[in-house]
Amino acid sequence: MKEIVIKADKLTKKFGDFIATNQISFEVTQGEIFGFLGANGAGKTTAMRMLCGLSMPSSGSATIAGFDVYKQTEHIKQNIGYMSQKFSLYEDLTVKENIRFYAGIYGLSKPVIREKMNALLDKLQLRAEENSLVKSLPLGWKQKLAFSVAILHEPKIVFLDEPTGGVDPVTRREFWNLIYEAAEKGITVFVTTHYMDEAEYCNRISIMVDGKIEALDTPHNLKTNFNAASMDDVFLQLARGAKRTAD
Amino acid sequence: MKRLLVILEKEFRQVFRNPAILRMVLVMPVIQLLVFPFAANYEVKNVLLSVVDHDHSAYSQKFISKITSSGYFKLTDYSPSYDEAMKAVEKDKADLIIEIPAGFEKDLVKESKSSMLISVNAVNGTKASLGGAYASNIIRDFNSDIRIQWMQMPRYNAQPTIEITSSNWYNPTMNYKFFMVPGILVTLLTMIGSFMSALNIVHEKEVGTIEQINVSPITKVQFILGKLIPFWIMGLVTLTLGLIVSWLFYRIVPLGSIGLIYVFGMVFLFTLLGVGLLVSTFAETQTQATFVSFFVMMLFMLLGGLYTPIESMPDWAKLITKINPVAYFIEVMRMIVLKGSGFADVKTQFFSVLGLGIFFNTWAVINYRKRS
Repeated sequence: MKEIVIKADKLTKKFGDFIATNQISFEVTQGEIFGFLGANGAGKTTAMRMLCGLSMPSSGSATIAGFDVYKQTEHIKQNIGYMSQKFSLYEDLTVKENIRFYAGIYGLSKPVIREKMNALLDKLQLRAEENSLVKSLPLGWKQKLAFSVAILHEPKIVFLDEPTGGVDPVTRREFWNLIYEAAEKGITVFVTTHYMDEAEYCNRISIMVDGKIEALDTPHNLKTNFNAASMDDVFLQLARGAKRTAD
Repeated sequence: MKRLLVILEKEFRQVFRNPAILRMVLVMPVIQLLVFPFAANYEVKNVLLSVVDHDHSAYSQKFISKITSSGYFKLTDYSPSYDEAMKAVEKDKADLIIEIPAGFEKDLVKESKSSMLISVNAVNGTKASLGGAYASNIIRDFNSDIRIQWMQMPRYNAQPTIEITSSNWYNPTMNYKFFMVPGILVTLLTMIGSFMSALNIVHEKEVGTIEQINVSPITKVQFILGKLIPFWIMGLVTLTLGLIVSWLFYRIVPLGSIGLIYVFGMVFLFTLLGVGLLVSTFAETQTQATFVSFFVMMLFMLLGGLYTPIESMPDWAKLITKINPVAYFIEVMRMIVLKGSGFADVKTQFFSVLGLGIFFNTWAVINYRKRS
């Protein structure tokens, strides 16, 4: 039995009367790729932000890597990586400077940073661009770089919020190769997405509708249970019942 | 500590890569200091004068030439009647009308007394009151000239008078630039302190990189210090540049200690950066931050004693200047530069600014949240 690294129990976030995330409970084990699906406004980002310690839960409980989201956020932060919907690298810094900065703030030593930076630049084939400002890179490269930077300090868990939004299918495929690689190294991947083909790549997925988790299983089991040909079908069957309009 | 260095390295790189910031820190102060002191001046000159002379006598001529040779007035209109002169005022061709009645000379000689009328256009209050005062002064002067002329060699002074002579201390030539330059320097530091730091932090909110900082182990104190220190240093660079410009172009050498100016400057910047930081914790976008900072800055500057003396403000406004770091620093700068005041003389101001700094920064740190 693998270690449980994310455990949420009736986790809830209210904004005034609006319940963004309504008593969600789930567990994610180490090394798993956990897909977090849902229509726009279903509460995915809110849930993720609570797990990362960016947002204070209204009620319920959760532990990340064994640390409590209410009290031990600083421990959590040392153990997670995060890639937000908004672009998370500094556009006015070069590739190398971004790597050095993010590695530096997690306390990696200079020789370690140098070694990791070289390996990363080779892997992403960014050698030629190492001294270019990040804003000059194509979006796909930026996303891959942002992901690699988010796991540079070898976190236990990495949270990805719609990491492949707006990039072409080839780059998405390459991006997922990076995710698999990270998972093989034992990093747990928690990813939100709108792409159903990406959902198929996950070990398990949960589908959120109106702030609640309506389904949670492996892609195969979900398709069987919902008697659906594809994940698209499963998603449509669930999301059609949504009352919230997308924002 | 090591983490703070990593953050500072990043902040400095970004600053040096941003031409707008460098321009603001290096070029703007120099230009402001070169242009502003010439234009911003309390003194009223070029009061446009309209004369209505019904007398056309030797004395009225003498009076007119006296008033025009004072240097404060420009005779732009010479009207036959008061109504005509009013038209000149309405067309903005005159600010002040002097009407000399018919029989001015006759009355003066025969009755030993005469009168004239001064009307002032008070749309521009400062110009009006100072222009009016100048004119009355000249008339008084004219009066005593005549008296001296008529009473040849009196055995004793028929009318005892107290003559007031004044000497201007600390700025003997009443050079307004000496007065303005130190004040302008303060406004420059105010801009850098309250404006640039606020925009910088809010920029991170806008592009979303602040999220990435907030999920990292960077503590909020580290983040805030990382933002404040670069701007603090840049403010000191601007101060240095300003002192050099005032020495090169205006020959202003502080009478007091330059070290004291820096000590005060450091504390002042700390306070203003706290204000900027506080603004940034409330603002979500750079537009919001700009408007709020601008409002605060205008308030600080208009109630800072640079343009209008604090002594002549109403009591409620004076109260506001007590929590205005800019007012303290302008006062202190003038004291150190012109009067050579030492630390003992500016102690109260020093601790007031320091206290305000601690207040604003503490509020900002409490209000800055890594978690919503």
